[in-house]
Parts: sequence; C-alpha cells; structure tokens
Amino acid sequence: MSSNAKKTNPVAQAWLILYNVAMTAGWSVIGIGIVNHFIKHGTNKGLYHQVERQLLFFQTSAILEILHAIVGLVRSNAIFTFLQVFSRVGIVWAVIWPVVEVQDNIGVPMLLIAWTITEIIRYLFYTFILLGITPRFILWLRYTLFIILYPLGVTGETLTIYNSLEPVRESGLYSIRLPNVFNFAVDYHIVLMCTFPIYLIFFPQLYCHMFAQRKKALKGDSSSEKKSN
Amino acid sequence: MELQILHSKNKSKMCALQRLSSATTVRDIKELFHKQNPKFYPSRQSYRLEPRSKSLKDSDTLGSLDLSSDGVLYFKDLGTQLGWSTVFYFEYAGPLVLYLMFYSRLPFIYGEEYAYKPSSADVVKIAAVCHTVHYAKRLLETKFVHRFSHGTMPIRNLFKNCSYYWTFAAWLAYFINHPLYTLPMYGDVQVDMALGCFIFCELGNLFIHLALKNLRAPGSTERKIPLPTKNPFTLLFALVSCPNYTYEVGAWVSFAVMTQSLVGLLFASVGFMQMAVWALGKHRSYHKEFRQYPRSRKAIIPFIL
Repeated sequence: MSSNAKKTNPVAQAWLILYNVAMTAGWSVIGIGIVNHFIKHGTNKGLYHQVERQLLFFQTSAILEILHAIVGLVRSNAIFTFLQVFSRVGIVWAVIWPVVEVQDNIGVPMLLIAWTITEIIRYLFYTFILLGITPRFILWLRYTLFIILYPLGVTGETLTIYNSLEPVRESGLYSIRLPNVFNFAVDYHIVLMCTFPIYLIFFPQLYCHMFAQRKKALKGDSSSEKKSN
Repeated sequence: MELQILHSKNKSKMCALQRLSSATTVRDIKELFHKQNPKFYPSRQSYRLEPRSKSLKDSDTLGSLDLSSDGVLYFKDLGTQLGWSTVFYFEYAGPLVLYLMFYSRLPFIYGEEYAYKPSSADVVKIAAVCHTVHYAKRLLETKFVHRFSHGTMPIRNLFKNCSYYWTFAAWLAYFINHPLYTLPMYGDVQVDMALGCFIFCELGNLFIHLALKNLRAPGSTERKIPLPTKNPFTLLFALVSCPNYTYEVGAWVSFAVMTQSLVGLLFASVGFMQMAVWALGKHRSYHKEFRQYPRSRKAIIPFIL
C-alpha cells in the first residue's frame, strides 16, 4: 500500500510493511505454484485446484486494503479500491470457486498469470516505498507490464465468466424464482451477462488512465506515485 | 481594463477582453467570450482565479475579485450543457411509458401467451395508475411549478439520470405486472391502507412544492425560511427542512407495501439515501444562511435525521 506518509505513525508503518511483505510472499507462492504445475503437467487442467487455497486466502485479504483506504492509513480512494477488490473477490468467490465446470477453462490461467505478476510487483513496490526506497526498475515494471497484463487479465476474466453462463443457467446457482411472497427474482446468469457491458465501458477508460499514470510516474519524478487502481 | 483569458488546462492564451471596468460581471465576460468564440455558449463557460480554484459566480464583479489591470482569468469548458427542465422531461417520461409497456404486457416482455392481456388483479391496476400519476405529476411540476436556480447541467447527467430512473422503473414494473405476481398477503386491507398513504404523500409532496414556489414572488430575490402555511400538509415544515423529500420517501414506501414488492422497497431505499444527502445539504445551507433558523427542525425525518 502506498504511503506518502508525512506524519508516520510507527505502528501503522509496521503494519503496512508487514501486510505488503506478506502479500508479496503470498502471491509469489501462487506464482511458484503456477510455474510448478505447468512444468509438471504441461496443461492448465488442475491448475486452479493446485493454487486454490492460496488464491482464496491472498485475494480475499485484499479486502483489508479497502479498510486501509477508509481509515486513511493509505492515500488511496476508498471507492476505487472497493471496486477493484470487489471485482477480484467477486470473480474468485462468485464465479470460479462455485462453478466447478469453469475451473479448467482457458481464461483461468490467463487471469491467474496476469493477477500474479501484477500483484507481486505491486506489493513489492509498496514495500520498498514504505522502506523509503523507490527502485526505478520496479517502478518501470509496474507501469509497463500492465500494457500486456491488463488486457490479458480482462480477457481471462471475461472468458471465465462467459464459460460459466451455461453451467449457471443449468444449475440455477444463486437464483431465486417466481412466484414468491416478495415478488422478486434473480437470474444469476443474467447478472453475469450484465458484467460484459461493464467491462466494455470501463476497460478502455481504466486502460487509458493507466497510460496517463505511466507518463506521470516515469517522468523521472517517482515521488508523484499515486495509487492508480 | 483588460483581461487575459487563459485555458486552465495548459495556460494557453485563449483571448483578451478589453474595455472592461470593475463593475463588469463574470456573466458579462461570458457573453463577451461567447461573441468571440461562438462554440462556447455562456452556460458552458467556467472561470477561476487560479487554474484549479473554485468557479466564479456569474454575479461576481471584476472589482470584487481583486484583479489587477493586467488580470488573468482561467477558463474551463464545462462541456455540452442541458437545461434542468430538459433533463427532467426525459428522465420522468421514460418511467411513465416503460411501466405502461409492462402493464400492457407487450409480447417481448412476458411472451406471446400473455401478450396484451394485463393482469385482472385490482392491486396491479391501481399500481399502474399510481405510478403513472406520480410521473405525470412530476412532468407537470417541471413545466409549471419548479423554478431552477442553476440553469444547466452537463449532458452526461442526462445519461446517468435516465439510466437510473428508466432501469429501476423497468425492474419495478417487470415484477408487479408479471404473470406469476403474488398478491399482497393481507389482501384488500393492505392495499387500501397503503394506497391511502400513497395518495396522502403525493398530495403532501405537491403542496410542499407549491409552497416553496410561493415562498418568493416572481422577480424578487428575497430569501425566506420556509414555514407552514394555511395548508395542513405544510405543517411538516415545523419538523423538517425538506418535507418534500419526506413525502416522496413515504409515497414510495407506501407503493412498495401496497404492491408487496421488494424492488419497490429497494427503489424507496436508494431514493431515500440520495434524498437524505440532498436534504442534509439543504438543511446545512439553511442554517448557514439564516441565523434564526429553527433549531428543532431536522433535515428529512422528523426528530431523527
């Protein structure tokens, strides 16, 4: 978590360093798990199962970042952080985890690779910042790799959601049917379909925003680092 | 006196205005700028003393702004603007039409089996009337009652607002007019009482709007604290700053109870949250503006908020 801290509370500092180090380690473990799986099996089948526990744990812990933003521990916009974390946690817990049929689809390794590399660099970067160092190489990685990783991740996510539509429709997962006393119904597969226009609308905006952030950050003035997602 | 107009984004020189005086207002500047740059009509222009400082008011004079003779103003383009009334007409007409489409069960909504065969249930018919009257009332108020202090809003608000109103109206209408609609569990008692509350709240909301309109005579700039009038519906002013919002929330909660619709409740809740924010803001402005503003008043819910 970035902390352009002027008035540094040592306990807060310690906690943030601990958090970012732990997250870096966690995602590295996931990364190693992914590489390991491909070396051993050469296929993405079973990949999710291999890294499931670590993924669930470390992606879900990102919820703490929302708290950090709300409490002001970190100079990030709480709403943006919420949206970012919510979409990740949503995909993991509300799509991949419950819909077993989707776990071996090609979108999963795509999003796993994109998320893992992004997160390792991101948390590593924050750790350094908190320690008072601004390593230009990590800064460069952070603001350059997204050019490939962001579209890769989004493609993986949308493919995964797309592949979940049929199984969800068949099983009626998370769906409420009529008639009932509340006169209310939810068709989860329609909810999932609604995510596509959202991706369509927001992806270009966020992608361009990141290019703008890149320009600012790599201008040689890396102290202007502001959390971009 | 001469003034340079610079663009607030890149400080590039846009134009220079001459023969100004300390009595020239920001409004006058906007007119002059518009003559030189026809694309930027006045309501689209915003000026600041610094590239990122607050927008200046139309009524501010150059003299009051402490600008030296080689003064500089920073320009910002607010984007395409639409009148408030225009936006309101669109955002209210949508729900009115959409709900009736669902009520008449157009074929593409519930399928051919139910096409053009509205429900025979009384409550469903009553709900259609209530919903339609509500939005018809809003359209009429926009035309004849409301007086808007800000002339325009950016065009993206049109899309934002219409998305909200139209989507919710369709979602609400879909379930109430559905062939598998479940009647209210307490039957006629529930429907009649909730309908009574709905009508009461609609009237209340209307009378508050009228009272607010009559608070100031046309042409006058006098600002007054709203107080209860001879109309008993306006007694709510004694308890809250924005009784129009109170009545509005009441109307939608009544509608939700009458139709026993969860989406109705959701709509009432979301509306309440937004109106509470507006009410608190208005309440604060009233306090700031009037020293003797009644302390016992709350913003939107008597005694509570």
